[in-house]
Amino acid sequence: MGDTLTIGGKTFRSRLLVGTGKYPDYPTMVRALEASGAEIVTVAVRRVNLDRTKESLLDHVDPKKYTLLPNTAACYTEDDAVRTCHLAREAGMSSMVKLEVIGDENTLFPDTEALLSAAKRLVRDGFVVLPYTNDDPIMARKLEDAGCAAVMPLAAPIGSGLGIRNPFNIRIILESAKVPVIVDAGVGSASDAAVAMELGCDGVLMNTAIAGARDPVLMAGAMREAVSAGRKSFLAGRIPKKLYATASSPLDGTFF
Amino acid sequence: MEIVVNGQPREIAPGATVASLLRELTLPATRVAVERNREIVRKPEYESTALSAGDRLEIVTFVGGG
Repeated sequence: MGDTLTIGGKTFRSRLLVGTGKYPDYPTMVRALEASGAEIVTVAVRRVNLDRTKESLLDHVDPKKYTLLPNTAACYTEDDAVRTCHLAREAGMSSMVKLEVIGDENTLFPDTEALLSAAKRLVRDGFVVLPYTNDDPIMARKLEDAGCAAVMPLAAPIGSGLGIRNPFNIRIILESAKVPVIVDAGVGSASDAAVAMELGCDGVLMNTAIAGARDPVLMAGAMREAVSAGRKSFLAGRIPKKLYATASSPLDGTFF
Repeated sequence: MEIVVNGQPREIAPGATVASLLRELTLPATRVAVERNREIVRKPEYESTALSAGDRLEIVTFVGGG
């Protein structure tokens, strides 16, 4: 089977997780998801449209083909997040959730105190919890200790495209984590995704970087390759960085 | 009798159940989750759960998100 990612007992070949929001239209989303090679796609939980005039996401994303990962986006309290997860489980018949408890509307940074508390309740209720957290190694450890199936530190604010702002903290999180570490949010370009994977992350989750690109389908393919390349580069073991040159060609046998 | 569905008042026939409401709304049960007065109604209970005047229902589904 080779190099796979296992979360909560389920195994995946792709290390790229993608969102389904903000696409210009459903056909573009469908093609982008296909091009990304992702097996896990995030979704939000909202009131159904009662007049049924609009198409539904589930007309386009087949839950038999993709593992749906419901999020708790826009939840600002522990109770709202827990309630959303219970509804998501009833709607989707799966216990895996992306837990977010947002602390501030401008940064969309997590309220980690409420996040940890919500995570504990959800683990107790039998959920496979994937928390969106900040790049704080202490909080990552607490979430893991609480029984989360992965930790998902942000690289930069959601939708910002700023890339990996604190690679050193991500490295520290990776050094102690025994559950998968998935960078969630902040990736803007393919090189950002590759950097995350080269650091040793187990996966990358993104939405805006693909959906907001001028050509989302092309970007989805770029992200797929970047995650794959970054992963291989990590596994291959990079050379140490040195201040001075080392010649690549032999010094013996020169004729000048 | 009147109930509230997703924040909107709605007239339903006496004897209506969660299942009959979903049929009336042409919503497939497989794609939604239903809360009645803040309690989740499990799918196997849709047929047997009768609605009462003043009930507040939330019917949710999955939409695009990150």
